[in-house]
Amino acid sequence: MTAPTTPMVEAVDIHKSFGRVEVLRGVDLTVQPGEVACVIGPSGSGKSTFLRCINHLERIDSGRMRVDGDLIGYREAGGKLHELRESEVARQRREIGMVFQRFNLFPHMTAAQNVMEAPRTVRREPRGAARERACALLDQVGLQAKYDAYPAQLSGGQQQRVAIARALAMNPRLMLFDEPTSALDPELVGEVLDVMRALARDGMTMVVVTHEMGFAREVGDTLVFMDEGRVVEAGHPREVLANPRHERTQAFLSKVL
Amino acid sequence: MTDGPVDTERRPQPIEAVPVRHPGRWLAVAVLAVLAAMLVNTILTNPGFRWPVVGRYLFADPVLSGLRNTLVLTALSMLIGIVGGIALAVMRLSPNWVLSGVAAVYIWLFRGTPLIAQLLFWNFLAALYPRLSLGVPFGPEFISFDTNQLINQFAACLLGLGLNEAAYMAEIVRGGLVSVDEGQTEAAGALGMSRAQTLRRIVLPQAMRVIIPPTGNETISMLKTTSLVVVVGYFELLTSVQRIYSQNFQTIPLLIVAAAWYLALTSVLSVGQGYIERYYGRGSNRGQTGARLLRRRTAQETR
Repeated sequence: MTAPTTPMVEAVDIHKSFGRVEVLRGVDLTVQPGEVACVIGPSGSGKSTFLRCINHLERIDSGRMRVDGDLIGYREAGGKLHELRESEVARQRREIGMVFQRFNLFPHMTAAQNVMEAPRTVRREPRGAARERACALLDQVGLQAKYDAYPAQLSGGQQQRVAIARALAMNPRLMLFDEPTSALDPELVGEVLDVMRALARDGMTMVVVTHEMGFAREVGDTLVFMDEGRVVEAGHPREVLANPRHERTQAFLSKVL
Repeated sequence: MTDGPVDTERRPQPIEAVPVRHPGRWLAVAVLAVLAAMLVNTILTNPGFRWPVVGRYLFADPVLSGLRNTLVLTALSMLIGIVGGIALAVMRLSPNWVLSGVAAVYIWLFRGTPLIAQLLFWNFLAALYPRLSLGVPFGPEFISFDTNQLINQFAACLLGLGLNEAAYMAEIVRGGLVSVDEGQTEAAGALGMSRAQTLRRIVLPQAMRVIIPPTGNETISMLKTTSLVVVVGYFELLTSVQRIYSQNFQTIPLLIVAAAWYLALTSVLSVGQGYIERYYGRGSNRGQTGARLLRRRTAQETR
């Protein structure tokens, strides 16, 4: 198992540009196993891009990203970095679950098929076992009656819960959430946050980009405020929310709280 | 805005109004009905159609062997076209500019030259390369063939029709692939699926909804395009019929024989296309009743 000294996520001086726009300008962040880190900040602050760098959906320009001690996207040998092959990147990503703002469920598959897909194709699990586990996961997120519903037949909140079950099906060590409730009707936000809360209680390591200050305060172990591609302030959520030290954090929180 | 709880006791009164009259529509219907009656009448009474001749040749051996060739050519060329089209579309979308460029040039060349010229080219390939061989490039040869034996008329037809079709199918498939939301690729990638798995399991099945209708067009069009093989001396339905009427001069009845077969095949293909569309439309809200039925069935199968 993981040595207690190895952080789950260790980002050192991450830089990322899209063309001429520098989106990340040296982000440092460490997340310990079992920790829930909530990342907040104005739009365009780079928080989603940073999250996508953790599982190499975006390639970083400089810095080092490690998950559970493993360098993401590269291999260090002979003092040089070597790009990982596609299959090696895929293997790293299996350990990292991701939940998207717009769910990104596979619309041509039922809820259960969505959850079974990666275990079936990537891990070659037999259909019966995969189906059984998919149903158990859907039960866990409160969708007992919806195994065979297509995404289009589900509400936004239900779709996002299927997406969480789908990510959990690969038994990830780390879960990334990219504004998981931002595309939901206000009355559906609660059911998704409940599932995430239960996950956190079970000890899952989570990095959550969110606008839900209540969730951050209640569930988060760390609150990270990002602006203009940098981490401006990080600390215990109650601390940061009650006494933001940085001027920029104060200005942001005064608008959203 | 309504205030308070909805009154469930009082049912709303349905509107009973005099519908708008459409005299123009009725006039159009009447005109069309008369024209249709005239058409049926002339088809049945004009002796020039010679329906008995049509009946005699509909299942005649030369017609049926022409029909068989039409079917075989259409099926195999579409197979080459679809497989080649998928490969070209994936190449065209590759980040590697050599692959993408090669696909672009292929599509440009095969869409930009007449199909008849391509058919003739493959047929007369022996004039350019009398022998074809397998071996190390610029090195020794292992086996070599006489081009005229390797590429007979049938093979030349398949090469001409199939490779030309691949260029058109490539653009159809590419359109389908780019129509699938990028979030789908990202979600599959985040789950640890490879690019090939993502293409096969996630992107292609969704692209099919966009790819199928124009592919149906292409197949129906191919059914009739196969008649171009006459330029290399091969024969299919239309050619067989032409051979017959050039001898007995029953031009109209024999063209009706060919038209009837083409219509029959097109009808079968249209029905088949409907089923395929329903299958790939599963999970979509825009399906018709059939899609909903099928959706229920596939859902039960996975249970």
